[in-house]
Amino acid sequence: MKQFFSFFKKEVYHITRDKLTLSIMLSLPVVLLLVLGYAISTDIKNVPFVVLDETKSILSLQLVEKLSQNKYFELAGYLHSSSEIESHFQKGDTKLALVIPSSFNSDMLLSEAAIQVIVDASNPNEASTIANYAQLMIQQYMQTQARGQAPLAPIRTEVKMLYNPQMESTYNMVPGIIGLLMILICALMTSVSVVREKEMGTMEILLSSPLRPTTIIIAKALPYLIVGLIDNVLVIALAHFVLGVPIAGNLFLVFFLAFLFTFCALALGLLISTITDTQRSAMIASGAGLMLPTMLMSGIIFPISSMPDILQWISCINPARWFVAAIRDVMIRGVGLVEIWEELLILLGMTVFLIALSIRKFKNRL
Amino acid sequence: MKPAILIDKITKTYPGKQAVMALDNVSLQIGEGELFGLIGPDGAGKTSLFRILTTLLLADSGSAMVEGLDVVKDFRKIRDQIGYMPGKFSLYPDLTVEENLRFFADVFNTTVEANYESIKDIYVQIEPFKKRRAGKLSGGMKQKLALCCALIHKPTVLFLDEPTTGVDPVSRKEFWEMLRKLKEQGITIFVSTPYMDEAALCDRIALIQSGKILSVDTPRDVVEAFPYQLYAVRADNNYRLLTHLKRQENVELAYISGEFLHLIFKKEGFRIDFPYLEMKPIKPTIEDCFIQLMNR
Repeated sequence: MKQFFSFFKKEVYHITRDKLTLSIMLSLPVVLLLVLGYAISTDIKNVPFVVLDETKSILSLQLVEKLSQNKYFELAGYLHSSSEIESHFQKGDTKLALVIPSSFNSDMLLSEAAIQVIVDASNPNEASTIANYAQLMIQQYMQTQARGQAPLAPIRTEVKMLYNPQMESTYNMVPGIIGLLMILICALMTSVSVVREKEMGTMEILLSSPLRPTTIIIAKALPYLIVGLIDNVLVIALAHFVLGVPIAGNLFLVFFLAFLFTFCALALGLLISTITDTQRSAMIASGAGLMLPTMLMSGIIFPISSMPDILQWISCINPARWFVAAIRDVMIRGVGLVEIWEELLILLGMTVFLIALSIRKFKNRL
Repeated sequence: MKPAILIDKITKTYPGKQAVMALDNVSLQIGEGELFGLIGPDGAGKTSLFRILTTLLLADSGSAMVEGLDVVKDFRKIRDQIGYMPGKFSLYPDLTVEENLRFFADVFNTTVEANYESIKDIYVQIEPFKKRRAGKLSGGMKQKLALCCALIHKPTVLFLDEPTTGVDPVSRKEFWEMLRKLKEQGITIFVSTPYMDEAALCDRIALIQSGKILSVDTPRDVVEAFPYQLYAVRADNNYRLLTHLKRQENVELAYISGEFLHLIFKKEGFRIDFPYLEMKPIKPTIEDCFIQLMNR
């Protein structure tokens, strides 16, 4: 036990005496959250849109005019058939397509008219803003029409989100930031700190001493676990009190999930430290091997459901996927343990497996 | 003499595209309380042998015992009682002198106070700087601190892998004086060094080259076993003299040593014709023995 505390104390010295790294580790959550938090509420400006007008009437022309004569939208052109919509979206020269059916004119005079608004939702945050603004413009158009002449039938807008039909909420970022931070602090920092001992040659002394590998691992990981947990609390508190992200579910469950993932990240870091020999390769392994999958393959930025099948299968072995899915459900949708038991169990299993594996792989010799 | 370290036919190969044979059938016996030197150039296999003896590396074949304990089976027991200073050991630069020492004392389940006597002679020299970070110490100071850390648990056998590499000549001399004092305490010391002049300070030495032991004896006997008469020669152009000598049929070996060339004849009684030649018979040093054995 004395060995352990002494080792732990040494690690705390390493962390607290490296002022720069420590301040980065503690300020990173604040910076990430604020940058991403404000980035998600950006306004839209001059968004190009295309129109597929099947009536070509005065009314439809007026509607298009209304939409294009403001700073938010810009008419990029008319289409001739519905098959062109997809190609325009794929080329990326439009973000919004307006489909006005041939019955629009007569419907407007008779009963309820319908138009379709198709939005490129590969960037969900932007897409929801675009859809909202477009709907607002159409409502305004309807009101001006109603004032002028005989009252027309209301227009029903039908919004279709392309590529990301679920329209994931902007609050998704918070679980994502927790995931990223834990990978950064627990996985990257831990692996680098273990590998540094190998590089400096002190690992040779530690291994030839009576210290047990388990003692070394736990004493190495514990300080980073503490920093990780502090960051968890910091992110969730900031998100809730500063950015106003609601925490719909059980707060205890949110923290439990975050802590569980922290352990998982720690185990991944230790595993990396057992297979790398230099700080540089440890950094690359945790950066490319952990950070990228956490960002790209967990549903933080790109929804899993819109990925090709192969990537969807691969993402199943990514612990961040299960963590993001579970914490998102609890934080935003407010569900309880019953609904997320599957994700929780998978994450728990992965964590236990990774910790056991890294302890097993931590060599007794050089 | 009871052996403290027993090495029996140890072989170690590092696999790779070009497999490297680090140790080739090495056998050695080091007695209790002996100051034993392993002398050889970089890449001779010194560090591999140290790592096998300190239970950090497994040999391909052969066996070794430290204090009667097998390095593979009883590795935990060995780790409790040996002291080891690896070649590139640099301590923790962000910890102070005192913190480093206390850390290693704790790691070995002891305290600085309990074993202060055994490190006192060395520690008093660095004690004035005990609040200084180890990274800010001079090379010689670091070496002393490292030795203190390796001695803090009163090891019965001390392994020092190139402890004086990169240390200034004065500190090197001091370091060897410290080893002498440690030997008086009865500690078995196994030390490696690439510096031939340090060999004379050991009780016995083993010369190692490319994983093979060339010779094991006391420094004096190694020198006395030199089978030739050695000459030191010099001319106004040593380089041309060397090329000239290498062409001579009767010259066994010629090489540069300081401002002289050292020369061995295959048979005595030959003369060398060269302008301004100065030639005198000399006694060989360990280095000469090493070169002769290497070229055998």
